[in-house]
Amino acid sequence: MTDLASHAAALGAAPPRPTVSDRLKFYGIWLATAVALLVLPQVFSSGGSLTTFSLVGISIIFALSYNILLGQTGMLSFGHAVYYGLGGFLAIHAINIVGFHKWPIPLPLMPLIGGVAGLFFAALIGWVMTQRSGTAFAMISLGLAELVASSALILRTFFGGEAGISANRTKLFKVFGLSFGPQIQIYYLIAAWTLIAIIAMYALTRTPLGRMCNAVRDNPERVQFVGYDPHVVRYLAFCFSGFFAGIAGALAAINFEIANSAYLGATQSGTVLFSTYIGGIGFFIGPIVGAVFVTVLSLGLSDLTQVWQLYFGLFFIAVVAFAPGGITGLLMMHRPLIRAGMLQRMLPSYLIAVVPTLALCTGLMMMIETIVHYTVNPNESPNIKAFGIPFNAERPSVWAISAVLIIVGFILARMSWTRVGQTWDATLSAARAKVHAT
Amino acid sequence: MRRLLAAVIALPLLGSAAMAQDTVKFGYIDPLSGGGASVGEGGLKTFQYLADEINAQGGILGKKVEIVPLDNKTNPQESLIQAQKAIDSGVRYVTQGNGSAVAGALSDFVTKFNERNPGKEVLYFNYAAVDPILTNDKCSFWHFRWDANSDIKMEALTNYMKDQPSIKKVYLINQDYSFGQSVRTTARAMLAKKRPDIQIVGDELHPLLKITDFAPYIAKIKASGADTVVTGNWGQDIALLLKAAADAGLKVNWYTYYAGGAGGPTAIKQAGLDHQVFQITEGFANVQNKASQDFEKAFRAKVGLSLWYPRAVNEMRMFKAAAEKAKSLDPVKVAQALEGMKYEVLDGGEGFMRKEDHQFFQPIYISSFGTIPAGQFDEENTGWGWKEVAKVDTDKTVIPTTCKMDRP
Amino acid sequence: MDGRDKPGHDEFIRHGPDKIMLELIVISTLNGVLYGMLLFLMASGLTVIFSMLGVLNFAHASFYMLGAFFGFQISRWFGFWPGLIVAPILAGAIGAAVERYGLRRVHKNGHVAELLFTFGLAFAIEEIVSIIWGKVPVDYRTPELLDFPAFTIFSTNYPAYKMFMLAVSVVIFLGLLVALKKTRIGLIVQAALTHPHMVAHLGHNVERIFMLVFGVGTALAAVAGVIAGPSLVTQSNMAALVGPILFVVVVVGGLGSLPGAFIASLLIGLLQTFAVSINGSLGSVFGPLGPELAQSWLSDIWNVSVAQVAPIMPYLLLVLILIFRPMGLLGTRES
Repeated sequence: MTDLASHAAALGAAPPRPTVSDRLKFYGIWLATAVALLVLPQVFSSGGSLTTFSLVGISIIFALSYNILLGQTGMLSFGHAVYYGLGGFLAIHAINIVGFHKWPIPLPLMPLIGGVAGLFFAALIGWVMTQRSGTAFAMISLGLAELVASSALILRTFFGGEAGISANRTKLFKVFGLSFGPQIQIYYLIAAWTLIAIIAMYALTRTPLGRMCNAVRDNPERVQFVGYDPHVVRYLAFCFSGFFAGIAGALAAINFEIANSAYLGATQSGTVLFSTYIGGIGFFIGPIVGAVFVTVLSLGLSDLTQVWQLYFGLFFIAVVAFAPGGITGLLMMHRPLIRAGMLQRMLPSYLIAVVPTLALCTGLMMMIETIVHYTVNPNESPNIKAFGIPFNAERPSVWAISAVLIIVGFILARMSWTRVGQTWDATLSAARAKVHAT
Repeated sequence: MRRLLAAVIALPLLGSAAMAQDTVKFGYIDPLSGGGASVGEGGLKTFQYLADEINAQGGILGKKVEIVPLDNKTNPQESLIQAQKAIDSGVRYVTQGNGSAVAGALSDFVTKFNERNPGKEVLYFNYAAVDPILTNDKCSFWHFRWDANSDIKMEALTNYMKDQPSIKKVYLINQDYSFGQSVRTTARAMLAKKRPDIQIVGDELHPLLKITDFAPYIAKIKASGADTVVTGNWGQDIALLLKAAADAGLKVNWYTYYAGGAGGPTAIKQAGLDHQVFQITEGFANVQNKASQDFEKAFRAKVGLSLWYPRAVNEMRMFKAAAEKAKSLDPVKVAQALEGMKYEVLDGGEGFMRKEDHQFFQPIYISSFGTIPAGQFDEENTGWGWKEVAKVDTDKTVIPTTCKMDRP
Repeated sequence: MDGRDKPGHDEFIRHGPDKIMLELIVISTLNGVLYGMLLFLMASGLTVIFSMLGVLNFAHASFYMLGAFFGFQISRWFGFWPGLIVAPILAGAIGAAVERYGLRRVHKNGHVAELLFTFGLAFAIEEIVSIIWGKVPVDYRTPELLDFPAFTIFSTNYPAYKMFMLAVSVVIFLGLLVALKKTRIGLIVQAALTHPHMVAHLGHNVERIFMLVFGVGTALAAVAGVIAGPSLVTQSNMAALVGPILFVVVVVGGLGSLPGAFIASLLIGLLQTFAVSINGSLGSVFGPLGPELAQSWLSDIWNVSVAQVAPIMPYLLLVLILIFRPMGLLGTRES
């Protein structure tokens, strides 16, 4: 698993002593984020967008907590949803108990209970799990996730069986007169927790523990020589990761007012892996980008096309094959060019390459949607609308057009991307030379 | 890619398009992708057919019905997101059927939403989720159920079984989750009351959709000497169970809830269990009733599927009747009109929507699957079809409820 | 539960305890072996690919599914037996193409990237299959030649088709063992894994060897699909349903060990089958819980029978094995 290192190495590449302007920029970013979170619901105020933002916030926390394992410590887990789900269940039970006894504990503190639950279970299970890294760890996490998810249906009293456990978030002790019934209040609650969690997790990467995690990921043997036990470092990272996953789970439970076995399942674990990897595991901001992207995509894509899973799978394959650093990895590649002020040299070749690539994608989409029309909905109207583009699937020209788009697009895309590669190499070495010269 | 992205981002955000006043939007929330999609797509086609039928007759109170398909991926959380999206786009009526977990979450959501947003009420029509709790402890004024819940079906089944002296030893095998649990406990309780001489020789629970090899279970059934097996299994759990039974040469009668579901008939035909598998439903293709036969014929011709949800027909037709009775499409008024409504169901006989718990009661049929006379409807191109074994009248299906409903 | 409700009570009285016990043991052993061999059939390709390439192929079950659907389609046109030959070749060709044009490119980014690539592939294949063949189960039948009970034991039939499945598993196991240990090509393949540069210098095309191994591994999965398809349910979600259990087999047996996978399959088959036949729970051993605990979460654990948890036992086994013997039963390396 040390090979993760190469993509993730850039993580720790911050200068040791930031200048005043860097510091200002740094705090400016956080401030801007906070303001953006405040203003966002004023711009998009429909219930659906508030729900979307809330879910994005939750999945940001979840993906970041996952990246403590994958990106920062080099542990691939297939069962991260276990801690998310247990956090959610504990939070739901806590809401019910607190509401029943009328204890003066307000709703905004509930995510903490979820977090502690996640931490507790991670601490409990983690010690044996983190003895190994690599494939063995991945497989234990898979087996354990399957065990917990199956047990959830058997242990009915705690997990509520298939229906799950529901709660009413408005029945708790109220602070500042907030009932937390309307989605807008839940949005602000989640936004606040998201900001806190992001700052906390960012701070974690700056601590000696965070650095040791990176060292364990890159070279566990050397860590041992320095006098640290890689197992302990992995264990601590695992516990922190469980804590934040628990917070995310509790927020989800508050948002939906229900916790059920789907929280613990393989789909949830898979989604967080997808989001984190697509966003880019090498940068702190990667999982955030990935969480936003994947959440919005999975909410919206199923409206646009019936076979969204196919596009999702193909997209993921494309990311793994062509952009192993994820979306942020792609963007961050350009940093040296921007520093040298040479980004514009790349733009023409990008533009040239984008056209045939888009043609190729469009051709593929047309082909897929047409086939879907014939095999899945043969009795329906042939005037289909894929991704908002209407066309008649039964016209023979559709086949010809999509075939031409695919073949020509493929050939031209290959040629133009090779050219992009050449220009890239030339520009990059020019940029490096320029930076070195100054 | 960029255009796709723009479209994707715009959709959930700008979902709150202006309410179209000339149509009644009816949100259909069920799996349209992934494992559950085969069932969800069948349901969607049924509702679209029914909407077309109503629109051809001039719609409801002059407004056209528009079915809004929403993919919930059989996931309760996803269902709530979709419900929220539907409400944003002006939907005041949602329907859902697959999965009691989803139904429970949805009923809970609608109830809380209506409580917190007076004047914007939403009604939830449940056409297939059969967990009894939805019309008992967790009942809601905003939830109406057209399918017979699993207790009602068991009441009907045991009322039939009590007159069958050949049944002596019963084996229960069910999926280990709320529905399977409730089938098992009610079967025990009702059989003990109605036929105390019947022995329950086995009571098995197995994990949901996790078994690839049912041979060990069949060995147990065989060892128990059972003559009848009662199961609520569905999906591959029923198909594999029946195949394993046929492989091992087990000869028993199977009383099932969902042997007729997608893939079930194919498996029964493959296993060669001619008229040994029984099903408890509110209707089936070969029911002896002119109106339903005509409907089935027209439906198959247009949609290319057999009608698996006669209850959806009752649901949509009653919706129209209730709205016309209330002379309004306001969900509260429609709900009040639906309460206690009597209705002649598609497969013949009168049903009624009980006011206390919003559960619909209707005649229940027991039918068996196997060879049929020429000219009758078959299933999944197997050449075999359902044949009526018994009809249990509405009054023999009524059971008490524990529902204490909060009314607006 | 009173005594009358206990399963098999009547039989018990009629035949006495020995006969019932013997019958249960014989039938459970038979069923366990049959199920175990089916698992091995499905998992053999996975373990071959892992032992040769070090790639944990998440899409393995998808190739199993492709095999089943290709087999179904070919059996429609030409019959079952041509399907048994052609479907694995087709699936193997697709597998080889995936290796050549996909995995190889991802390889330089490490094993995690390879694993995730196959993860995405599994998604895509499932959706493609359901586009082509729909989402409802297809009517894939056992060949008439084998559609009869092979023998009857304690009045339970064992169909000839299951015996055929058993035979194919054993043949594949022995064939693979011989091919890897005794033939020249097997030796080259093994050498290519540990010393790729050396093998390349000796004039062998290492890349082609890897492609072939991946193709053979996926073809084996397809063989399992063609054979298991008729006796299980051939449906577009069949891959997702068997996927996790195959990993359990391969990991418990020891990553990359063929005999290990064989033993693990048998072990899991027997474990699961015997567990199903045990009705006992903690409650039946230690007596029911006191009334003050009867409604608590403890009662769930207390009253769960062994039979109820049988299908999750393999996962328990997996976790225990990885904790106490991380290399698996017969494995030689940890990752």
